[in-house]
Amino acid sequence: MATHDATGSSLLSTLPSEPDPNPFAGVDFNELERSLRRPRTLINVLLSGLVTCMTLVALIPLFSVIWMLLWRGGRKLSLALFTQLPPAPLEQGGGFGNAVLGTLIIVLLAALISMPLGILSAVFMAQAPERSRLASAVRFSAKVLTGFPSILAGVFAYGAVVLVMGGYSAIAGAVAVSILMLPTIMLTAEDAIRMVPAKMKEAAIGMGATRTQTVLMVLLPTAFPGILTGIMLAVARAAGETAPLLFTALFSNYWPVSGHHLNLMQPTASLAVLIYNFAGMPFQNQVEMAWAAALVMVLMVLITNLVGQSLSRQQVQS
Amino acid sequence: MADVNTISQPPTGLQRTGDSVFRGLCYSFAWLSVLVVVLIVLRIVFAAAPAVREYGLGFLTSRTWDPNKDQFGILPEIWGTMFTSLLALVIGTAFGVAAAVFLSEGYLGGFVFSVLKVFHLEFNGFWGKLPEQVEQVLKNLIELLAAIPSVVYGLWGLFVIIPLIRPACNWLHLKMGWFAPFGTDLSGPGVLPAVLVLSIMILPTITAISRDALVSVPPKLRMAAYGMGATQWETILAVILPTAARGILGGILLAFGRALGETMALAMLVGNANLISISLFSPANTLAALLANTFPEAHPKEIGVLMYAALVLLGITLVVNMIGAFILQRASAVMEGGK
Repeated sequence: MATHDATGSSLLSTLPSEPDPNPFAGVDFNELERSLRRPRTLINVLLSGLVTCMTLVALIPLFSVIWMLLWRGGRKLSLALFTQLPPAPLEQGGGFGNAVLGTLIIVLLAALISMPLGILSAVFMAQAPERSRLASAVRFSAKVLTGFPSILAGVFAYGAVVLVMGGYSAIAGAVAVSILMLPTIMLTAEDAIRMVPAKMKEAAIGMGATRTQTVLMVLLPTAFPGILTGIMLAVARAAGETAPLLFTALFSNYWPVSGHHLNLMQPTASLAVLIYNFAGMPFQNQVEMAWAAALVMVLMVLITNLVGQSLSRQQVQS
Repeated sequence: MADVNTISQPPTGLQRTGDSVFRGLCYSFAWLSVLVVVLIVLRIVFAAAPAVREYGLGFLTSRTWDPNKDQFGILPEIWGTMFTSLLALVIGTAFGVAAAVFLSEGYLGGFVFSVLKVFHLEFNGFWGKLPEQVEQVLKNLIELLAAIPSVVYGLWGLFVIIPLIRPACNWLHLKMGWFAPFGTDLSGPGVLPAVLVLSIMILPTITAISRDALVSVPPKLRMAAYGMGATQWETILAVILPTAARGILGGILLAFGRALGETMALAMLVGNANLISISLFSPANTLAALLANTFPEAHPKEIGVLMYAALVLLGITLVVNMIGAFILQRASAVMEGGK
């Protein structure tokens, strides 16, 4: 203790402070106690409670939507829904087999359009030098497309495909939807390719691989789970899009075939447009069918989403 | 191939060509994806050009929409778009930022931790991971709100929200009808149900971006505030939220862009009436809903006019989204500097 005091006083000799006999002289210990009677603590507790309540309230709609889908849509669910055609007004029974098929066709076509464009642009962005103007232009346009109102994709496809080809078709719908899928695929694929460790790329180049070989044999296979996640998320979003299909693929009460062949050049039904059309009808059967279609669509969207997310989690872990 | 002991070889002619073809392909696809955006804008501009020339700026300030008389104006739609989006933004921001604070402060994880503490399980190999997992589940649940397609929200709004709020709205109109926002009764679709559903749809955007902004506030700022004796909420209100303000603002603007362009839920819930009213219960219309409802049955003349409306919508959303993206970019740059 003595040595401690000595060094202390020599160091602090410039300061006037003598060791204070009671350092807590001016302190009221009751002041330091955490008491709910104090405005400070009370406000703290109240705000915490408020935030908790607001978060819980924000989740009520989610549970309400899921409950209504299961309750109203689940009752109606049967295998016949997937094999039969939509009912006419006042007709009982029926199904939405053509709409399920139409949705799958449109989403598949849209993925076929947006995947090569998105992935190759992503390869370019990830490989381009830091200051490449084109790469930042591509990134900028992807960001613009992210916030693009979906109805405008429909307006564009109407002008560029429907008017040019002379009719509503599954192709026009796919073009509209592919515009909405593009940014998700592009931005996630770029991230995934950038996440590939630089040493893998350097090793490939060091072994004398050309740039193309590096991309195709090292970068893309390593980044594959991430790219697939982006595709899955884009597909999930696309499957639920209604607005771009309203006046591109339109709707049809029949299977998308003519003769015995798939016909992509005629109006095609989709689950989303079916829900929209049937929700506004004053017939019980149609409304029930809209709920069942909504359940099927949400299940499709959620399963695709979950698969996509589990893929990205695997990538993070590895 | 001078040295037979090595398997390495210079690229063959085929590989060389393949390489340049592939690189050319990437380059041209990158150009193509920029072109797509330019093409979309040009396509809409050109399709709208005749109507722009014919109706001029009067189109934006006229209130009638009568295809039979060739009179078109979208002032009610612009008003409806702004009115519903701003109201939804207020509600969505309040709840979205609250949820972001709830998530970033780890309330739920803390609660689960203290429950585990009662059973002395808080550092148990299996149960100890629970707080983190519960937080993750909550985050995913809020993100799930964004995964539900908008037409399903529309259906839900028609059959759940409208019947639910209708008695309350009509009571309010009866008792407080002199107050302009309650000036009409809710006969079915109207502004309020549309606003409620819209605010649910933009909430996940606000929460996700705000949470990112809150989490990236350097922890030493929080520690410094705690060290000076601030309570948790004094820290949140005076240090954390102001530091993250830019990121949150960017998120709010992006959500605003989403709300402006949102189509299906509004087309189903807003009532499609060519009205300008301050009443929350009156039907209205928005630009996107106008396009969705009128386009499929429009005759060629009307389509040109609708293209003009689409151009207006494109202009508004592009400006809002670009400002939002710009603010977010600046925000993350500032945060990088703070670390």
